[in-house]
Amino acid sequence: MPFIPNTDADREAMLAAVGARSVEELFSDIPADKRFPKLGLPEGLSELEALREIEAMASRNEVASKSAWFLGAGAYNHFIPAAVPALASRGEFLSAYTPYQPEVSQGTLQAIFEYQSMAAELFGVDTVNASHYDGATALAEAVIMALNHGGSGRPRIMLPAALHPEYKDVVRTYLAAFPVEVEEYAGEPAAAGADARTACVVAAYPDFEGRVRDLSGAAEAAHAAGALFIVSADPIMLGLLKSPGSMGADIVTAEGQSLGNAMNYGGPFLGMMGATQKFVRKMPGRIVGQAADHDGRRGFVLTLSAREQHIRREKAVSNICSNQGLAMLQATVYLEALGKGGLRAVAELCWNKAHYAAGLIAEIPGFAVADGEYFKEFVVKTPVPAASIVEKLERRGVMPGLALSRYYPDRTHELLVCVTEMNTREQIELLARSLEEASV
Amino acid sequence: MNLKPEPLAFELSSPGRVGVALPKRDVPAVPVPEALLRDELKLPELDELTVVRHFTRLSQKNYSIDTEFYPLGSCTMKYNPKANEAAAALPGWKGSHPLASDRCNQGSIELIWKLQESLKAIGGFEAVSLQPAAGAHGELAGVFMIRAYHLSRGDSRRVKMLIPDSAHGTNPASCTMAGLTTVTIPSDADGGVDMAALKAACDDTVAGIMITNPSTLGLFERNIEAIARIVHEAGGLVYGDGANMNALTGVLRPADVGIDVMHFNLHKTFSTPHGGGGPGVGMVGAGKALAAFLPGPIAGRKGEAYAMEVPERTIGRMKAFYGNFGVLVRAYTYIRMLGAEGLRRVAESAVLNANYLKARLEKAYPVKYPRRCMHEFVAMGNFADGVHTLDIAKRMIDYGFHPPTIYFPLIVPEALMIEPTETESKETLDGFVEAMLKIAEEARTSPELLREAPHATPVGRLDEVAAARCPVLCYRG
Repeated sequence: MPFIPNTDADREAMLAAVGARSVEELFSDIPADKRFPKLGLPEGLSELEALREIEAMASRNEVASKSAWFLGAGAYNHFIPAAVPALASRGEFLSAYTPYQPEVSQGTLQAIFEYQSMAAELFGVDTVNASHYDGATALAEAVIMALNHGGSGRPRIMLPAALHPEYKDVVRTYLAAFPVEVEEYAGEPAAAGADARTACVVAAYPDFEGRVRDLSGAAEAAHAAGALFIVSADPIMLGLLKSPGSMGADIVTAEGQSLGNAMNYGGPFLGMMGATQKFVRKMPGRIVGQAADHDGRRGFVLTLSAREQHIRREKAVSNICSNQGLAMLQATVYLEALGKGGLRAVAELCWNKAHYAAGLIAEIPGFAVADGEYFKEFVVKTPVPAASIVEKLERRGVMPGLALSRYYPDRTHELLVCVTEMNTREQIELLARSLEEASV
Repeated sequence: MNLKPEPLAFELSSPGRVGVALPKRDVPAVPVPEALLRDELKLPELDELTVVRHFTRLSQKNYSIDTEFYPLGSCTMKYNPKANEAAAALPGWKGSHPLASDRCNQGSIELIWKLQESLKAIGGFEAVSLQPAAGAHGELAGVFMIRAYHLSRGDSRRVKMLIPDSAHGTNPASCTMAGLTTVTIPSDADGGVDMAALKAACDDTVAGIMITNPSTLGLFERNIEAIARIVHEAGGLVYGDGANMNALTGVLRPADVGIDVMHFNLHKTFSTPHGGGGPGVGMVGAGKALAAFLPGPIAGRKGEAYAMEVPERTIGRMKAFYGNFGVLVRAYTYIRMLGAEGLRRVAESAVLNANYLKARLEKAYPVKYPRRCMHEFVAMGNFADGVHTLDIAKRMIDYGFHPPTIYFPLIVPEALMIEPTETESKETLDGFVEAMLKIAEEARTSPELLREAPHATPVGRLDEVAAARCPVLCYRG
């Protein structure tokens, strides 16, 4: 067996050293009537056969590269430079564990430190942790931080009505056991209406419908009521637009998939979280800090671990242990490869192409584009049910977006369209023509 | 190991360098309103080769399974077959979108469904959910399910979770996040759950017990069926922490001994890479009582077509979309290559390797509970002259081995938790034994060698106390 090197002769020698007559004997602690059940799994395959079977399965998916793809809604089709997977998939990164032994983990530790530094700059905050499971769980944990900070006198949290519906679900799942009032507000975050019972106001930047809300005054309004201001952001957009931290956010979270990670049917993604200095010791997750050895050489270590479950057990700030290290590494390579100018260029391409697409679509009879500023996504009002447009076009090589009826059954005539640097002018014009054809 | 200091990316940066060329703008420019624009973005500026060398050199500062023996107890650092990576990299997965219609994603849903079926068979479960992204995430889901089950029966008194003192820290931390209080159950003289303490703690406020089997001591809990019976009789449910499932694949289906809900770490038992911290998958499997409460959606099959479905009384979503799909592809590839026979061989070889190491090391490194072990064992690194487990661990680095898990479980002083896994050969194990025996010798003859170790690494022991006191968490130009 290719992954089990020991031969029968090795096993005999080892059993002799152990003082057992057979391998079965090593399992004598296990209830005899339950031992060695028949599992009823198909017989094992060679590598060639297994890959052939899995390749056949993978080919049954419709993929973004074979279409004009305008579906985003939380999972985005962005360019991934070849260097990203080539470097992140090196065995020394891939097959290492969490860097508990810093002397032999400096590669992973320094990469995390660089990620923290770049993500903190993007967010405009002091500190970022080494990742959460995804943007939704990062936000849920940020809300828990705010609830812990506010104490029992502040049981109320305010979510934007246009937060990603799946993020709302995850926040509700995480808060199931606590007497928390989850309220939704529409419109500008500055007018959310925080009061003395509010732990936090959350803003989505941009929101699920692509709208870029004006964050100015929001932090001040939340703080005046004694609440924290949390922003769930798009990291690509932050290459171009103001950082949430510069607008006074206390905690910033994001879905970092766009930074060098494939859509991959929704995972692995990258939960990002950062906060201002004041909350560093209250943050969940692993954090890497700079340190020195006895010769004064610079190195990096996991730090502030007194927050974490392996030290504090039931008093820990979170139960998180394994995170999304490899997705974080992909984001680190991505940010360094693109750099200062590259990230801004990607964001500008998204902005310009989205605005070009919206302009074309708005001219189609019966179609309208929702008001307000947007970055790479916007809502289109359709003359026929959006779901029927999607169903027609997805079979013709155009994925026009998300029919909002998937989450809001009564919003039947609305389509959420996403445009990124991956979409050429030809594709955008094809989308506009296709929408027109599909609506008659 | 690359011993040369590697500058931070920021220190390699030079204004005007570009690492990726992007397409030219092919649409009209639309100005961004001034009020929205950010002023500055201090990211590094590097050319592509500099980025490639930077990360290649960084990678050379890691120990990894691909380069060294990595007997990190409780983490199951087995070899991750390259076929897993080839399967996960297929373009059909990479470009599939979670919100495209099920019709567009038949391949992805089929894979999830087939993996669900395989894991049901391995665990004896009624149903499983692959949504949780890590072991602790699966635990949290399982504890939420237990809570929801009691509440669904109108039983709101059950606020207590019993947890053996050998448990991982995630168990009590997960309970806190689910609003339950934890009651610690001590271990008995054999390293098992103290049955008298368990009985005394069981009353009508018990929501359940969280049990790791084999325990973190590497011992199979021989009273598992009695424990499940006692907890069930008190009206509680049994949570299984599957961190150590590598000892049991094809050997025991946990549901057969009374486990109601359990997580498997696909990134341990099913050979998906740890990636320097993640991603993992904390599959959660359930028996009849709890299957309807699973987080979701999960994959279902209707005739020839596959569809994502929400379990009837679900606790809700644990994360957006359907889980760490790329990890699921890897785990499925592994299971498909091994089959039932291979999986049983995995457990047998993991257990034999651990018992072999234990037999050869226990004279020099005493084992607190000297029973036959499962896939790992916990030795003690206690020597005279102030040499501690930490020093032994650091000295192992000099011999080219990753240290085992140290100072855990908490109930063993100077713990060295050693898990060889089944993918290591007898020659590698013998080399490790030789080094360990030599270190034990050195602990007596030249203890400073241990206390100053490691000697040949990019950095020596780092001052972690100072790092935590005045944290520097970002580059500060």
